[in-house]
Amino acid sequence: MSTHDNIALSVRGAGKFYGDRCNYCRNENNPLNNNICPYCRTVFAVDDVSFDLYKGEILGIVGESGSGKSTLMKMLYFDQERSAGEYYITGYAEGVPNVFTLSSQHRREIQNEILGMVYQNPVYGLKMDFSSMSNIAEKLIAAGSRNVGEMTAAGDHFLDKVNIPLDRKFEPPENFSGGMQQRVQIAKALSNYPPILLLDEVTTGLDVSVQADVLELIKEIQRELGISMIVVSHDLAIIRMLCDRTMVMLNGSVAEAGITDQILEDPKHHYTQQLVYSIL
Amino acid sequence: MLSVQNISKSFTIHHLKQTRTAIGGVSLHVDKGGFLGIVGKSGSGKSTILKSIYGTYKPDAGAIMYDSQEHGTVNILDISDYDLIRLRRTEIGYVSQFLKVMPRTTSLELVTQSLLEMGEPQEIALDKAKDALRHYDIPESLWNNYPNTFSGGEKLRLNIARATVKAPRLLLLDEPTASLDYDSKLKVREAISKLKANGTTLIGIFHDLDFMEGLCDHVYDMNEKAQQVI
Ligand SMILES: Nc1ncnc2c1ncn2[C@@H]1O[C@H](COP(=O)(O)OP(=O)(O)OP(=O)(O)O)[C@@H](O)[C@H]1O
Ligand SMILES: Nc1ncnc2c1ncn2[C@@H]1O[C@H](COP(=O)(O)OP(=O)(O)O)[C@@H](O)[C@H]1O
Ligand SMILES: [Mg+2]
Ligand SMILES: [Mg+2]
Ligand SMILES: [Zn+2]
Repeated sequence: MSTHDNIALSVRGAGKFYGDRCNYCRNENNPLNNNICPYCRTVFAVDDVSFDLYKGEILGIVGESGSGKSTLMKMLYFDQERSAGEYYITGYAEGVPNVFTLSSQHRREIQNEILGMVYQNPVYGLKMDFSSMSNIAEKLIAAGSRNVGEMTAAGDHFLDKVNIPLDRKFEPPENFSGGMQQRVQIAKALSNYPPILLLDEVTTGLDVSVQADVLELIKEIQRELGISMIVVSHDLAIIRMLCDRTMVMLNGSVAEAGITDQILEDPKHHYTQQLVYSIL
Repeated sequence: MLSVQNISKSFTIHHLKQTRTAIGGVSLHVDKGGFLGIVGKSGSGKSTILKSIYGTYKPDAGAIMYDSQEHGTVNILDISDYDLIRLRRTEIGYVSQFLKVMPRTTSLELVTQSLLEMGEPQEIALDKAKDALRHYDIPESLWNNYPNTFSGGEKLRLNIARATVKAPRLLLLDEPTASLDYDSKLKVREAISKLKANGTTLIGIFHDLDFMEGLCDHVYDMNEKAQQVI
């Protein structure tokens, strides 16, 4: 049965609004213009999103550009303040507090010890002019590590795992190709063994064979380390390959969610059908 | 073991403003260790039944009662995603008409993974996977290759190896022998016979059900909407 025991995190009614909202759009029954209030122009980037992430699963999020995927991921990683909703992490304080409302110090603790984030653009996840090894050390120091020998060992381990030649570990990522930068970002995110990893369009813009390497790496990490992951992608082939369950977002809301083959083979929502039947 | 009770399923295709009824009022059952064949013409809804049992399609009405080892009797249409995913890992297998392969996963890894998923230790999983590949005549030279380079028959045999190696309690087979040569078909028959002897319950769609003679004990005819002993 699904109980507390097998849930890594839960989100309830999460919302992110850009704007002050007016009387019209405070009433959730009133229709919006896609995700924008026709009167006050408030943008509902994420609107009333609820879901659970099971332990050890890969949850996929698909949706068109502007549907709120990245905003949601940034809320989960505390890069952005939430406007509404609740967020519980089983591995933090027994999953009791709504971590959206914690102090910034406690959020940083969660960021350092429980969550890993891999951004679409490596510029956000890496210091491009520091060496790859220093990037990893930085993450480990934030997580409380002080032993240089241990940090170097962890750096070697994860850079090797993502196939970065160790004789290049002191080079800065700005010298690397896009696929290598992405792999350094993944190594950094993994270096403190976070139980939850968030990946936002991590293969977009990479050429196909490099994409396959990164995907293979993600799958391997999940298999070997049992990490729970949320993978954002607009590519259904990637979702099919990686994800146990999938959530489809449209205009900031969840259009449809379910086991991946249910979503891909029997899409019910108009938008999901467009996506799956590729008639957009 | 499994009782499908009066299920119906239609699909609404929004952009065509169209609703297609795939099946209406289908009831069938299989006892533990039984083997039910489903026959009917193309488009009659055979795969829809199997996909409903596997939980890929959600019927609009009816119930699918399954006697699970882990959960007792459950209605597949009501259980949580979590429980359905678990059932698929440990109890219910499915061989589709088409092979879905993982890119960058070798044939040996593919079969091994399906055992690891159900909790077999690495070494045992590897041994069993090798036995299964041998049984289905996937040459050792292909074990470390990616299946997207395989021939149609090799892919299909791999697909069957992956599903049967787990010895699931319930195995759903959607035309697993359709494009196979005679020898490969015999291999499939042999594997099914072995599974059956070990207590696996089977539901299968076969163009040539005669080939399963002596194994298949009931048949459901889509046309008559009725189940008979054979
Ligand atoms: N996912 C789906 N979306 C829309 N219609 C579907 C879907 N799956 C099946 N159908 C429709 O339901 C009906 C039954 O299809 P199904 O695949 O079950 O037939 P079948 O008996 O297996 O046929 P075949 O022998 O050709 O494989 C068909 O009209 C088909 O077009
Ligand atoms: N800082 C912002 N200010 C105003 N609107 C924003 C801001 N960030 C995102 N949005 C809006 O929120 C919506 C969701 O954006 P985003 O989460 O980036 O979409 P996705 O990642 O799915 O492409 C869009 O309408 C976008 O224009
Ligand atoms: Mg985005
Ligand atoms: Mg069919
Ligand atoms: Zn408004």
